Amino acid sequence: MRLSWLPLAPLLTITILLLPVGAGLAGVLAPAFGWFPALGGTSLSLAPWRALFAWPGLSGAVWLSIATGLGATLVSLAITVMICAAWQGTRAFGLIERALAPLLSVPHAAAAFGLAFLIAPSGWISRALSPWATGWDQPPDLLITQDPNGLALMAGLVVKEVPFLLLMTLAALGQVPARRSVLLTQTMGYGRMAGWVLTVFPRLYPQIRLPVYAVLAYSCSVIDVALILGPTRPSTLAVQVLEWLSDPDLSLRFQAAAGALLQLALVMGLLLLWRAGEYAAARLGCTCVQMGHRMAQDSIMRAFSMVLALVAALAVGLGILGLAVWSVAGFWSFPNLLPDQFTWRNWARQSGGLSRIAIETAVIGVASVLISLALTIACLEAEYRHRLRQTNRVLWLLYLPLIVPQATFLIGLQTLAIGSGLTGMQGAVIAAHVVFVLPYVFLSLSDPWRAWDARQGLVAASLGAGQGRILWQVRLPMLLRPVLVAAAVGFAVSVGQYLPTLLIGMGRVTTLTTEAVALSSGGDRRLIGVYALSQTMMPLVVFALALALPALLFRNRRGVLDRG
Amino acid sequence: MAKGLQLDHLRITLNGRLLVNLHETVAPGEVLSVMGPSGSGKSTLLSVMIGKPDEGFDVKGRVTLDGDDLTGLGPQARRIGLLFQDDLLFPHLTVGENLAFALPAAVKGRAVRQARIDAALEAADLGGFAGRDPATLSGGQRARVALMRCLLSAPRALLLDEPFSRLDADLRRQMREFVLARVRAEGIPAILVTHDLEDALAAGGMVISPLGEIRQTEGSA
Amino acid sequence: MLTKLTATAALLLGFCTPVLADSANPKDWDDVLEQARGQTVYWNAWGGDPRTNDYIAWAGEQVQAKFGVTLEHVKLSDTATAVSTVISEKAAGQTAGGSIDLIWINGANFAAMKENDLLFGPWAEDLPNWSLVDPQENPALVEDFTVPVEGLEAPWSMARVVFYYDSARVSEPPRTMLDFLDWTQANPGRFTYPQPPDFLGSTFLKQALLELVTDRTALYAPVTEANYEAVTTPLWEYIEALTPGLWREGKAYPQNGPAQRQLMADGEIDIAISFSPGEASAAIANFELPDTVRSMVLEGGTIGNASFLAIPFNANAKAGAMVVADYLMSVEAQLHKQDAAVMGTPTVLSMGKLTPEDAARFAALDLGIATLSPADLGPALPEPHPSWMERIAADWEARFGVAR
Repeated sequence: MRLSWLPLAPLLTITILLLPVGAGLAGVLAPAFGWFPALGGTSLSLAPWRALFAWPGLSGAVWLSIATGLGATLVSLAITVMICAAWQGTRAFGLIERALAPLLSVPHAAAAFGLAFLIAPSGWISRALSPWATGWDQPPDLLITQDPNGLALMAGLVVKEVPFLLLMTLAALGQVPARRSVLLTQTMGYGRMAGWVLTVFPRLYPQIRLPVYAVLAYSCSVIDVALILGPTRPSTLAVQVLEWLSDPDLSLRFQAAAGALLQLALVMGLLLLWRAGEYAAARLGCTCVQMGHRMAQDSIMRAFSMVLALVAALAVGLGILGLAVWSVAGFWSFPNLLPDQFTWRNWARQSGGLSRIAIETAVIGVASVLISLALTIACLEAEYRHRLRQTNRVLWLLYLPLIVPQATFLIGLQTLAIGSGLTGMQGAVIAAHVVFVLPYVFLSLSDPWRAWDARQGLVAASLGAGQGRILWQVRLPMLLRPVLVAAAVGFAVSVGQYLPTLLIGMGRVTTLTTEAVALSSGGDRRLIGVYALSQTMMPLVVFALALALPALLFRNRRGVLDRG
Repeated sequence: MAKGLQLDHLRITLNGRLLVNLHETVAPGEVLSVMGPSGSGKSTLLSVMIGKPDEGFDVKGRVTLDGDDLTGLGPQARRIGLLFQDDLLFPHLTVGENLAFALPAAVKGRAVRQARIDAALEAADLGGFAGRDPATLSGGQRARVALMRCLLSAPRALLLDEPFSRLDADLRRQMREFVLARVRAEGIPAILVTHDLEDALAAGGMVISPLGEIRQTEGSA
Repeated sequence: MLTKLTATAALLLGFCTPVLADSANPKDWDDVLEQARGQTVYWNAWGGDPRTNDYIAWAGEQVQAKFGVTLEHVKLSDTATAVSTVISEKAAGQTAGGSIDLIWINGANFAAMKENDLLFGPWAEDLPNWSLVDPQENPALVEDFTVPVEGLEAPWSMARVVFYYDSARVSEPPRTMLDFLDWTQANPGRFTYPQPPDFLGSTFLKQALLELVTDRTALYAPVTEANYEAVTTPLWEYIEALTPGLWREGKAYPQNGPAQRQLMADGEIDIAISFSPGEASAAIANFELPDTVRSMVLEGGTIGNASFLAIPFNANAKAGAMVVADYLMSVEAQLHKQDAAVMGTPTVLSMGKLTPEDAARFAALDLGIATLSPADLGPALPEPHPSWMERIAADWEARFGVAR
């Protein structure tokens, strides 16, 4: 058979993803129990764990990680559900859909920097109100960012996770007859939101469960956003682990390994807790249905959800605008709303390196996306052609890289990469990116791919078309938009990768993100602005292409876009 | 060897329940109507006939076409044309491109192929529609394009899966006549699967349940 | 801690004696120059300061033109990343052809790498331009945080603790650590320091400790259980008293020097600590600080040290790395670096060892609006032993760094 390798695609893909994760975990497991010969650890012991539990900030850091993980996920999901329940099928919802791509293009760190500049006591909001409304000539001594409860951190996560969950929800909504269901409940007197939550959400949730889990794991173990917006006394466990890893006292690396494992346990525990919560929520929903309350008066809730959506979008949008202004700012003192002077110097100074780095970023992004797309489509085609239901069940393993905290396995992975002599090469970095890009590509593409009307394939086959011809001439063109959107999501993920690029590229492979993080350690908002904008522009261009290209190609084929 | 489509002691069971039990021959130009309510095994019969049986079904017997055993062949190799109740035109292709997709590669030459396509459209009263977006056609027009697409691939037999059920009464009669006329003109055997007695009777052939019970013999309507 | 014991044991057993396994022998400088030609040197250095990055790029052009060495600046957000890389390479058994040729390293990382046998050398004292420095006049060049350098790293810059303040808001800046106590009580919320264990934050603690202890000698030997309590009690009493008057009442701290500088730029604080006498001038030129900012030092002197370059044991281009390090110690490179328009950092060279013409060129440099002259910088205090920094940073974390 020409395509006899195809049934092996899922296995191959899982191996490609799991090998690094497994190797990385092994690389952190050993030092967590005292084994790291390069640092003189040649016997197994529990000393790293004792050291970890002796750290006075541990309980604080752990609680903070749990609270941020659960809080950010709950709030993000709630906002997503409220927006969909209140506005799906309206013109306002179309506007929200259009705002998604730009919001998704903003890297987490850039959004966090932007948000910090908005809400800080010396930030844009405070500047806009000072001194005429507040009487402040100098910024008030208020604890807003880095607050001990991590509220600013949660806000920073929520504004980025809501667009992601919305994107995933939109993809899944294609498979649920939502509008008809809601209409039906409305004829029974239910409010629009209640009808949606009670009849659409239960069918939708299983399809967005994995993205929700990814958000939960990410929120609990995030590093860059926590560094910018999170509390510091103590910080979250993940940040603390990274601090131990970068401590000059090399013996702390054992403790860091133990902490990394604790972080993994934390994420696993939270996922279990969330799963239990799903059952509880389902029971609650059933009780609600039994009671039969119509909850018809939901106009206030609908307005409120729109306000939430606006605030979340504005937080990212104004934040990026703020950074854009900073990128052309000379000195900018409080409480001036705009810089005292403007200058192009910040851009001019970076322009030489910027284009070279942008090209390298694009090459890595495009390559990792192409590989991920090829593997994803091979898996999905194998499932379709050979009905690989069993492998389908183990495909959830694909999401492991999203759930295992990066800091937990990347250090071990680096050791493995060095051992194989692969570090510092662009190819190795691309491979490392695939580990993180592929799950997102799969997540974005699998729903529309599976939702494709298989009778189209049957018709094509009965017309004499072979499997290859059906794939290339029928299925891919019909699914062009979801394929390109998945590619754009993957590209944005690749552009945003920091730790994998740094650790596997050994600093010799530079991308906009490694450069941005290195420069932002200098704290200069002007440079952060320059790089955050560049970082945002690249995925934005790709998102724009992903939306414009099918619209252009199929401008006279209404049937394609109606389905997409 | 017998010409036509033969269901040779075809028995399909699911978990021991008999769904299909047929032993029939459909001669070229004839239509066999298989009628039954939903869940009666009509779609199972179809999936077995086109070579994409669902999992868990136990298939005994065989399907032959002009004497060739089709067992084990995939849908590409069987050359059995399919018409569903939805037209399933490829939305990313023009009407003409949809037809070109079906036209075998053996038909060579740009002009020759175009002529075949134009002729097919002409035959369906759709002359000049080659460049149109399928989404801009009416339901009846789309159904006719779907049929012509099917016939252009030079099928050796035709399977009709409730092809008229989406059309309103007037259109339905026209379309039915059009399809039956084409079947007779092409001289290929066809099986019509339906739950609608009127459609089944109008096909003019024998009407039978999936389990082989005869509802109406040929021509007795 | 386990590793520390093992590492100490390794030290005692003499595993730590560095071996010149490589063919690059600094004593044969012509051979080094020969080998270096055509090599690419990957210099891992903090990339957070555009002016330093520009200077490194300039140095790269110079060594390319003069010695045929290609210099690649690997920009780090944290030097520890480079240390991690060397450790990972060692763990993976890569003892040659490593990915890092040169590291801009600080005292604590140097101590750790030296302790764990991760450095190449000795080589620094064999560099031709070593003749231009004077370790007697400037002991910081041979003792990095009291740890003997022993030729394992070469200096390329001097650092001094200074404070910078906005003269538009502060007319009389505090001049001693005890002054800071009065000043913060009079001006609550207008001063802070980077959160230890950040390097600069820990330096603030050390600077305070040096002023508050009665006898400094204990600080220049490793910390002991016996003396730690007594020596540091005045420090903790002082910090305890200082904290309520800090920015955000000490409930949050900037995470590093640059973050602290941003607070200054935003007008959230009025005084900040720095380890670079040229920082304020540089930041004014870069629009990061208002031009009313000025620098000052404490009465009784402030901590001073040198910035060093080290070569990992498994570096790929050792000859090239040595050529780069030597060039950075040259009159030309040091003069360029001390120029306020470039970086404005003090030179490592000894004026007495230079030709009168070269010394005059240094004297003629414009230091920048907010930079103190060498005379105004006052006496430099040597760094305490690194064990003190580790202990007080950890202790600070337990006392002030975990709120819950």
